[in-house]
Amino acid sequence: MNWSLKNVLLFAGMGVLLILVGTMQSWNVALAILNMCLISAVMALGVNIQWGYAGLFNAGVMGFTALGGLAAIVISVAPVPAAWDAGGARAILGLLAGLATIAGGIWLWKKLRVSKTARIWLTALLAVSGYGLMRLILDPAVDAIEAVEPALTGFLGGFGLPIMFSWIVGGLFAAIVAWAIGKVALGLRSDYLAIATLGISEIIIYFLKNEDWLTRGVKNVNGLPRPVPYEIDLQGALWLHDLAAWVGIPVVEASSLIVKLNYAALFLVVLVAIFWLSERALKSPWGRMMRAIRDNEIAAGAMGKNVTGRHLQVFVLGSAVIGIAGAMLATLDGQFTPASYQPLRFTFLVWVMVIVGGSGNNLGSILGGFVIWFFWIEAEPIGLALMNFVTSGMALDSPLRLHLLENAAHTRLMTMGLVLLLVLRFSPRGLIPEVKR
Amino acid sequence: MTYLAGEGMCGGYGGVDILHQCSIGVDKGEVAVVVGPNGAGKSTAMKAVFGMLELREGQVTMDGQDISHLKPEQRVQLGMGFVPQSANVFTSMTVQENLEMGAFIRRDDISETMSGVYELFPVLREKRRQLAGELSGGQRQQVAVGRALMTQPKVLMLDEPTAGVSPMVMDELFDRIIEIARTGIAILMVEQNARQALSIADRGYVLVQGRNRYTDTGTALLANIEVRKAFLGG
Amino acid sequence: MLIDLLNALALIGNFVVVPGIAYGSQLALGALGVTMVYAVLRFSNFAHGETMSFGAMVTILVTWALQAHGFGLGPLPTALLALPVGMIVTIGLCLGTDRLIYRYYREKKAVPVTYLIVSVGVLFFLSGLIRFIIGPKDQVFADGERFIMKARAFKEMTGLDQGLAIKTSQGITVITAVVIVALLFWFLNRTRTGKSMRAYSDNEDLALLSGINPERVVMITWIITGALAAIAGTLYGLDKGYKPFTYLGLVLPIFASAIVGGVGNPLGAIAGGFVIAFSELLVTFAYKRVVGYLTPGDWVPDGLVQLLSTDYKLAVSFFILVIVLLIKPTGIFSGKTL
Repeated sequence: MNWSLKNVLLFAGMGVLLILVGTMQSWNVALAILNMCLISAVMALGVNIQWGYAGLFNAGVMGFTALGGLAAIVISVAPVPAAWDAGGARAILGLLAGLATIAGGIWLWKKLRVSKTARIWLTALLAVSGYGLMRLILDPAVDAIEAVEPALTGFLGGFGLPIMFSWIVGGLFAAIVAWAIGKVALGLRSDYLAIATLGISEIIIYFLKNEDWLTRGVKNVNGLPRPVPYEIDLQGALWLHDLAAWVGIPVVEASSLIVKLNYAALFLVVLVAIFWLSERALKSPWGRMMRAIRDNEIAAGAMGKNVTGRHLQVFVLGSAVIGIAGAMLATLDGQFTPASYQPLRFTFLVWVMVIVGGSGNNLGSILGGFVIWFFWIEAEPIGLALMNFVTSGMALDSPLRLHLLENAAHTRLMTMGLVLLLVLRFSPRGLIPEVKR
Repeated sequence: MTYLAGEGMCGGYGGVDILHQCSIGVDKGEVAVVVGPNGAGKSTAMKAVFGMLELREGQVTMDGQDISHLKPEQRVQLGMGFVPQSANVFTSMTVQENLEMGAFIRRDDISETMSGVYELFPVLREKRRQLAGELSGGQRQQVAVGRALMTQPKVLMLDEPTAGVSPMVMDELFDRIIEIARTGIAILMVEQNARQALSIADRGYVLVQGRNRYTDTGTALLANIEVRKAFLGG
Repeated sequence: MLIDLLNALALIGNFVVVPGIAYGSQLALGALGVTMVYAVLRFSNFAHGETMSFGAMVTILVTWALQAHGFGLGPLPTALLALPVGMIVTIGLCLGTDRLIYRYYREKKAVPVTYLIVSVGVLFFLSGLIRFIIGPKDQVFADGERFIMKARAFKEMTGLDQGLAIKTSQGITVITAVVIVALLFWFLNRTRTGKSMRAYSDNEDLALLSGINPERVVMITWIITGALAAIAGTLYGLDKGYKPFTYLGLVLPIFASAIVGGVGNPLGAIAGGFVIAFSELLVTFAYKRVVGYLTPGDWVPDGLVQLLSTDYKLAVSFFILVIVLLIKPTGIFSGKTL
């Protein structure tokens, strides 16, 4: 860690920006941005572990984030007994059949001592028949579950546990999937890994969108339980009235600020914990070896380091961190909406954060998470203001003016692209460069 | 004045000099051979003459003109041809296409030069529609030499043209190289098979650790007891 | 009995073969662009989907202008008339991004993954630019005759129960793809410049020794890539409707096509495009009625007899990609060079 004056100033500048939003727009907006900044910082840390430590290009951030969201449902939502009665056991059996098929396929692929062609066909045969079996078991269960009050539930629900558990479980989900992807794709060239992860993340989203029995799909799951008090409960408390009167703001606003501050505190704890752990890891012999491998894979391999094995570790760890952030995100939103996951927003934007912040530097990633999220949100009002200014000379009903104002929001995509390209070109090591040890 | 000459060349990679005051050269119609133990800087000296290595000291002249500052592409334009040691053919292209690519800088009719190459290496005419990557090692070397000849160079530089080919093919290749030299082309080559190479050489350079150790005619070097003992195995 | 068989064939023809050929052509054209960039500039261009979208967008804007002034091609879509403009502007875009962005990294001899991240920056910028200019919504620009052959006409002609429809956009897609591919192969294999591109892609150092100018090769590569992207993007938009965000989703099947065929190999890109397109359609096609025709009597299966729900189309290209990467990472045609 390197708390140089420059770094302190950078973070202080970020703080000033948030305070400016607080005073000029509203404190509610500022805190909303802050909360998302904290989550973004966790995501950026996860990507930095993979890219900064080991040079792995993971283009599937979106998928791992969404898996965290899935964990939020599975853990926190109350179970739907009618759906469980209708087909719960059968659905589980179907999933087990699917897992058994995959395990069997891998076992067959690895252990079979026959010609390559025969091996391919036998494994394919097993895969197809196992898949058929799974569908045979699963399909009726799915239909039955989805028929249970589709407007309200139509899915199995979850375990009804406190939602904070899902942060750990989200990490676990992401880790398991990352392990499977890593097993397949990590030996490959860097751009193949990028394409493979991009693909798997899309498939995860398709899965979450379409497997209504598990996630309600595009019908979304709303009203996830909260780890913090509800505004409406706070508003009934006397101390809040006193506090609001003392600060001089309406009670409703005070209650929402307190809720957001609660979230911020929780997220901050997670961020600091993950940051501390990552820094420890980076400075450990393990971290040194990771960077050695990143800087010269061939030499490290020649020295007997298990490059693919290490890559798998780091890929799983980084993805787990992203999964945690995904669960935190669903917690903050209080809902799970599979259709909202877009690669630009959830994969490539996080990449911009890491690169702009400084690849290989955890502090940089946190700063990148803050700065980029801030401008991602604020680019919209800024872009609109800019367009208003640009079009101020035009007639009020000029089609060009209307068009520019209508599409001003999209300037933020352009801004992000421009920022990424400029940083890559003129300051490729980012705002807080990696410390060469 | 030697037609192509690198004189007093010093230089290397990453600030470490490999060549120390090294001089090699060749005249038109001559075969000059650079030999020496592994790591003597033979290939580096060739690269220096061709401009693939920045010189810290010394100069390269061709026809009395200083060409030290020219890039390899520009030296090709001036009439230098270079056959690298490895990856010296376009494997995914046919033999004929390889030759066409060799003549890329020429805008005139290349058919005559091409039939000249085919006469020199008749097997290439037979295989002209085959992919160069599918040919045997010796045939590939022929394609590589043929490709370099397509620019109608005045100087042909060969980096270990017989690396990895059988002794019979090697003799054959050396015969062709002499034939090329007879047409008036200057030939500068690095060889691992020192004895055979020196036997066809008009000039021979023995390099050791980037320095000239012996310089003489090929026959004289072959006759030199010290050279024989140290570099030719007796 | 024979009638049943013919009906089953018509069914498959209508829902798999015809759309598969059209979609395969679109993927092949897209994959050709990716493969050209890979073979010459040696990186995976994540922005290619957006380049296609950009080309389609320009074509649409010109199409609207033409339509507004009453120009048209009769039964053929006006977009064909506008396409050359789309191609030229897209070529300009490619050359511009190369000049401003990629060239710098080429001079620095950057590693492929740096290019990849740079292309993500371009992807961001372009997607913003496109949405800024034309908006994020669906755009309709197809006009002229909708069908070459209507399902009913086919039924009347053959007397079968099942119709076989061919959309104009599908016909145009296939014809254009054939012409473009033929031109491209003629260029690469018959012209001096094309051969010099293949030579550069095969062996950069030797190409330099032969006096081939790398910057010229790169420039021509971007020209071809831009033209291909505009064509592929427009054809896809004509066939399936233009919507900016679908083009990012196209990147995966396009890359899958290029890799499955052997990235860097144009022949592979075409083969890969069709492999991916037909696999997607065959795996997600509901065989219910086909089974009904092919089994004796009036029996029809209860379920859809569908291997995978249509929603998982993308998963198919992904799985094929993974399987190819595992079994033969160099792809069907062992690509690397043009």
